[in-house]
Amino acid sequence: MRYLPLTETDRRTMLGVVGAKSVDDLFRDVPREAYLTTLVDLPMHAGEIEVERELAKLANRNVAAGSVPFFVGAGAYRHHVPASVDHLIQRSEFLTSYTPYQPEIAQGTLQYLFEFQTQVAMLTGMEVANASMYDGSTAATEAVLMAARVTGKKRIVLSGNLHPHYAETIRTTAETAGLEIVTGKAAAGMGETADHLLDDNTACLVVQNPDFFGSLRDLTPLSDAAHTKGALLVAVVTEIVSLGSVTPPGEMGADIVAAEGQSIGNALNFGGPYVGLFATRSKFVRQMPGRLVGETVDAEGRRGYVLTLSTREQHIRRDKATSNICTNSGLCCLAFTIHLALLGEDGFHKLAGLNHERAVMTADRLAKIHGVEVLTPSFFNEFTVKLSKPAAEVVEKLTKENVLGGVPVSRLMPHDKSMGNLLIVAATELTTPSDIEAFATALTKVLA
Amino acid sequence: MMNKQGRSTHGAADEHAHFETISGDRGLDHEEPLIFEIGRLGKCGVDLPEPEIKHDRLGGLRRRGTVGLPGLSEPEVVRHFVRLSRMNYAIDAGLYPLGSCTMKHNPRLNEKMARLPGFADIHPLQPVSTVQGALALIEQLAHWLKLLTNMPAVAMSPKAGAHGEQCGLKAIKAAHKAHGQKRNVILVPESAHGTNPATAALVGFTVEEVPANERGRVDLAALKAKLGPNVAAVMLTNPNTCGLFENDMREIADAVHKAGAYFYCDGANFNAIVGRVRPGDLGIDAMHINLHKTFSTPHGGGGPGAGPVVLSEALAPFAPLPLIVHYDNGFKLIEDDAEAKARDLKPFGRMCAFHGQMGMFVRAMAYMLSHGADGLAQVAGDAVLNANYVLASLKDVMSAPFGQGPCMHEALFDDAFLKDTGVTTLDIAKALIDEGYHPMTMYFPLVVHGAMLIEPTETESKRALDDFIAVMRGLAEKAQGNDKSRFQGAPFLAPRRRLDETAAARKPVLRWTPSAKSTAQAAE
Amino acid sequence: MMIETRYTKDHEWVRLDGGIATIGITDYAAEQLGDVVFVELPKVGKAIEKGGEAAVVESVKAASEVYAPIAGEVVEVNSAIEGEPANVNAEPMGAGWFIKLKVKNAAEVGALMTEAQYRDYLKGL
Repeated sequence: MRYLPLTETDRRTMLGVVGAKSVDDLFRDVPREAYLTTLVDLPMHAGEIEVERELAKLANRNVAAGSVPFFVGAGAYRHHVPASVDHLIQRSEFLTSYTPYQPEIAQGTLQYLFEFQTQVAMLTGMEVANASMYDGSTAATEAVLMAARVTGKKRIVLSGNLHPHYAETIRTTAETAGLEIVTGKAAAGMGETADHLLDDNTACLVVQNPDFFGSLRDLTPLSDAAHTKGALLVAVVTEIVSLGSVTPPGEMGADIVAAEGQSIGNALNFGGPYVGLFATRSKFVRQMPGRLVGETVDAEGRRGYVLTLSTREQHIRRDKATSNICTNSGLCCLAFTIHLALLGEDGFHKLAGLNHERAVMTADRLAKIHGVEVLTPSFFNEFTVKLSKPAAEVVEKLTKENVLGGVPVSRLMPHDKSMGNLLIVAATELTTPSDIEAFATALTKVLA
Repeated sequence: MMNKQGRSTHGAADEHAHFETISGDRGLDHEEPLIFEIGRLGKCGVDLPEPEIKHDRLGGLRRRGTVGLPGLSEPEVVRHFVRLSRMNYAIDAGLYPLGSCTMKHNPRLNEKMARLPGFADIHPLQPVSTVQGALALIEQLAHWLKLLTNMPAVAMSPKAGAHGEQCGLKAIKAAHKAHGQKRNVILVPESAHGTNPATAALVGFTVEEVPANERGRVDLAALKAKLGPNVAAVMLTNPNTCGLFENDMREIADAVHKAGAYFYCDGANFNAIVGRVRPGDLGIDAMHINLHKTFSTPHGGGGPGAGPVVLSEALAPFAPLPLIVHYDNGFKLIEDDAEAKARDLKPFGRMCAFHGQMGMFVRAMAYMLSHGADGLAQVAGDAVLNANYVLASLKDVMSAPFGQGPCMHEALFDDAFLKDTGVTTLDIAKALIDEGYHPMTMYFPLVVHGAMLIEPTETESKRALDDFIAVMRGLAEKAQGNDKSRFQGAPFLAPRRRLDETAAARKPVLRWTPSAKSTAQAAE
Repeated sequence: MMIETRYTKDHEWVRLDGGIATIGITDYAAEQLGDVVFVELPKVGKAIEKGGEAAVVESVKAASEVYAPIAGEVVEVNSAIEGEPANVNAEPMGAGWFIKLKVKNAAEVGALMTEAQYRDYLKGL
């Protein structure tokens, strides 16, 4: 077997040194009735050729986004990733290293994490950021738990226009942690309606911008309303590229920003792995979840980086830790860091501008179709349309026309019958005018 | 005098070893500033067309001012990150004996497969008719995990080990609730990984610790004494964090079930028993599997991981959304509570947006296909043999608190052999860096003093182990021979000497901020 | 009258002066902890039970709760050690004090170890 270096001779020699009769003998602490004497019912080992063939068969049964006109978003976005990003993250020293617990021989990881933290703080307009979470939804959940710690309150208000998966993820964890969740009513293309739910017992208001339906809004009145009640504003961003065009949450009064960073440097991957971004104000830093990298010096006075404020974390604080998180999204945040380094100030604004441009083009073209109404007046790269037919059926029929035409709201909000005909449509820098035309043609046909 | 590599250990090189270079770099060791210190406005590493937007539709929310990002060309970015990478130790470059972390070889075939457009370039909310191959892969992986553990169900969405623990404990909480039980205590052995108590607290339980016995296992009598009507579950790592198999597993399981509680097994060390022992045969109710340990998806400097959780019959109905079910000739995703309830399922909620770590599933699948049933059993066998070989080869010069019997996948030593030498576990670890190795896990588990936990994994050759053993023996002898200079202040030969963690924590600097100087440079 | 310092098994010291007790950690505790990097102190006005959590003191690798050896209301905290936690290591028995409590029951102080008793206690560790 190609991954196993020991030969039979090696094994015999080593067993001799150990003083065991056989490898089975080393498992003698296992209760005999639980020790397998036969192999499990899986196929036998296979060479690279067979493995590639087997997996390619499965991969070929999926429709890759790049093979068709593609308008699917709602929390994950198809962007271009420069070739050097994927090359660099596969360098052995990044791919096959562990969490940087030995800083003397992990400065590479520690320094890029420090750069990542800086980039995230800059993008979100916040003061500090951590070294990443699993994804946007779990980052948002951690933000809610942190708001409860900071305020000492137990009531959480969620915007109705928060991504339904995010809302469910938050609810699942917050309720078992003893918090009360109150949710506003969803409204496509409309302003936030959850602020009236705030009261003096509220720990935080969680608002997404652009929201689930793609709408943009000024968070300032919401943060003012939250702060008046002694609550924090948690801003969720699922499309981080938007911050190249849109005022960041930090400039609109957000106290914590929880975001999905997949759009920069990371492929769609059918939902994971992604990279959660988490940023806040300096005064809350000791209440943050997750790893933090800090700058320091070594014994010779040279600048270096270390994991710091570790007493917040599970390996020291155990049941009193700020979070149980251990693994972060190392390679995904490296991909983010490299891609954003390549983009820089100019590239990032340009990228965001292109996304907005293609979405405006798409919205304007679809609006011309009979049976299509664009509901979102202001948006970044995603908007919601109301169709004359149920959106789920339309999307299925578009698939037969070789167009992946967006996400029917009913897939994520199946109980709200008023949402049945709503379709969320996303465009990015990869959307071409001919993609838009193909989509419009197919949609016209399907709606006729 | 020559060492075994044939390199001179004294001589001309020494005289020049400490001269200052003009650049500050030393041979292949380059210092590298932050991207923020080398970037310039106006440069860009990506060529994009200029957007043409006459009237934006941003609702008056256009970002004013700059973000502050540095501008760099592609070659500058590539050089920056290549130089950073060279300051890292990696399993590809050498043995990485970090106990409980399972640093094994990461096959590049896994990486190649995960990048097939049919896996990497598919969206989680595409119509399910267009992702049947992806659902089939998840189902196949789920099926294989069930076979390897002899468990009837698996929740695939947890994103890491600790996330899996959370998933398992939530299923347990939901099951108790469904049976009208209000149990709020989780028993955790004192040798447990820190995530166990942290997770229990997060899920709203209180934690009570169970002591270890003199054999490094859970004290069965103490555990039984603590079981009662308030105990919701017992959380146990097996093989445990001392690298030992909990041989009372069956008896513990029976006692736990008799007390009306559930048995959670932390599967972080499943790599030691994969293909040879099925946790379902030991009476457990839930166990997470770290795909990045047992099934070789890379650790990537701290992630991403994946932590599917296998569940017993009793807990299976409570598995979180989404669920994959067979439908006509293909697969369907259940993403909604009401639809699950119509099938008599009671999901406790959702662990994350979308469907879990698909990229990691593909890598794990590629690994499992490569090894097959025979290879996986050999993986556990060789991992355990390698650890025992290290234990047997070092226990005369170091001190192994539980060294009388075989260990599983890792060998545990304490610092008794360093008594009165003035050398500590930390010193040994840092001296190992100078010898070209990543240190072992130190000061964990907490149940032995000055712990050193060595996990070689099955992907090390005998030659690599012999070299490592020779170094460890040498260091032990130097420590006992009062050669303290070798240790104090080590490492001497790494990209950095010991770093001032106290200063970092007292006045945290967690991001770069523009100084007057760099603002001036940026304006050039 | 000389003010006597009393000690606890958790390595805290207490000095009672006119109904106000000053509380800190001992030289031994400070040395065991290593470099103190952060101190979390309670709010002034907080009522603390005997044995209740009064403060948290952190080094790089450990966080320890400081439990109130006596009951009382917090009347003052040493904010200087919040800004300069190094003071705890430099002068644990002096400038590195943690909190001042208005004591509920002075007899609780009397029940703690004297300096001689604490020294004996340390010898037995």
